[in-house]
Amino acid sequence: METLLTIIFILLKIIVVLMPLLIAVAYLTFAERKIIGYMQVRLGPNRVGPKGWLQPIADAMKLMFKEIVLPSRANRFLFVLAPVISFGPALAAWAVVPFGDGLLISHLDAGLLYLLALTSLGVYGVIIAGWASNSKYAFLGAMRSAAQIVAYEIAMGFALVGVLMAAGSLNLNQIVLAQQGSLLHWFWLPLLPLFVVYFISGVAETNRAPFDVAEGESEIVAGFHVEYSGMAFAVFFLAEYANMILVAALAATMFLGGWLSPFQGVPVLGELFAFVPGAIWLVIKISLMLLLFLWFRATFPRYRYDQIMRLGWKVFIPVTLVWLFVIGLGVLGQVGPWFD
Amino acid sequence: MGFEKFLFYVFALILIFAAVRVITVRNPVHAALFLVLAFFTSAALWLLIEAEFLAIALVLVYVGAVMVLFLFVVMMLDINVDPVREGFIKYLPVGAAVALLIVIEMGLVVSSSYFSGDQYSLTAHAADYSNTKELGSVLYTFYVYPFEIASVILLVAIVAAISLTMRRREGEGVKTQNPGEQVRVSRDDRVRLVRLASEKKN
Repeated sequence: METLLTIIFILLKIIVVLMPLLIAVAYLTFAERKIIGYMQVRLGPNRVGPKGWLQPIADAMKLMFKEIVLPSRANRFLFVLAPVISFGPALAAWAVVPFGDGLLISHLDAGLLYLLALTSLGVYGVIIAGWASNSKYAFLGAMRSAAQIVAYEIAMGFALVGVLMAAGSLNLNQIVLAQQGSLLHWFWLPLLPLFVVYFISGVAETNRAPFDVAEGESEIVAGFHVEYSGMAFAVFFLAEYANMILVAALAATMFLGGWLSPFQGVPVLGELFAFVPGAIWLVIKISLMLLLFLWFRATFPRYRYDQIMRLGWKVFIPVTLVWLFVIGLGVLGQVGPWFD
Repeated sequence: MGFEKFLFYVFALILIFAAVRVITVRNPVHAALFLVLAFFTSAALWLLIEAEFLAIALVLVYVGAVMVLFLFVVMMLDINVDPVREGFIKYLPVGAAVALLIVIEMGLVVSSSYFSGDQYSLTAHAADYSNTKELGSVLYTFYVYPFEIASVILLVAIVAAISLTMRRREGEGVKTQNPGEQVRVSRDDRVRLVRLASEKKN
């Protein structure tokens, strides 16, 4: 009986986190089209509902009623499984993201490691999709994605090592608590190169522009999901946006103080904004990071493939390695206000 | 305890199924994917005995990195299954002999006192027990020399792998690009403005 209650309680917690997340994913697609529209002096979608606010629902309805076409001689089981595999880890990773002091689904002590393991699983969806489609374009997209993700995974891992050295813990709750103080106590300042490397690697890992060679619609049509239609395609689409929100949330948690208020320690503003719950601050920070994702897409042309590889292996990895030594010295010398 | 035991049997069954499929399935890509499943379920089993650091490291290293590269290669192979299965009967005696030998060896090892259950009782820890911290403190104090030596050997292996496979192609007729130069290029290197006198219609 007691186990049953525990399981029901855990399931409830998961629902409380995932429902807003899925709504956010739907409206992120809308926000992207609107924001990029305004950046290009267009209006974006504005026909469905007031100011176009029902557009994501209309899109979902349309995709649900479309036929899922199975390519000839495709591997049926893996073809259907691939979108699920790419969506699953993006949701599972939220188990360790704290929304307030101790407000998280799982108090996993090796939280950072868990995140790194889960984000490295997303690539399987892409690879399996490319292989199971029995299509050359899809396969090329999958190969590109695999090579790219392996390259950026390492830089991302090193950036996370820097965070764990600075915080002295793998637990995300502890990492946020270690940044307590003020805006200048957050890890973005002492870990600035790692922050930049982490975020750009995150853009590359989610296959977003300007690193979206796995899709590369100008040369390989749509890359790994060229054969997908209807809801199967939609799940890939949702996975990409869920991964974006995840990378933004992790960047906010590890480098921008998570749920901490930016006015903490400021004389008047600090007390004035003390009533705002931490989750609101976290959402604001996530939104800012997501805006960067969209801004990148509207601004930069796609990278050339060899340039992507060069950036990952020859620029990011040495930068992170050097900065790990700097952090090591900082922790050893107890340089304030971060490492004392 | 009941629920944990149930989970253990579920994961153990999946693990055995996946491991058997790795060697029986015909398609090498399917075999690699079953191996991924096997790693995953064994990580779940490790989680059940509170070895969360090892479990996550298994997923991170083997599933996240090694198997991705493995799949990358296996998918590009065009293996025709029939020639591979040729001569199955011819090699059967040798294979069976090797298999039997391995089974006997493993039986000897597993049945020895080192693996007996009463030597390693499962210890339950308090909620604030950190597997990661314990591992780290043992690795960097008691086992520091083996740990450092292993890491140096790995480093040598990395350097050796790169130096063995890297070859610079230089000489006449070999086109290479220098990214540094490409980045340093300025507008004046590429664009030449030419003033032309306007032409008159006559």
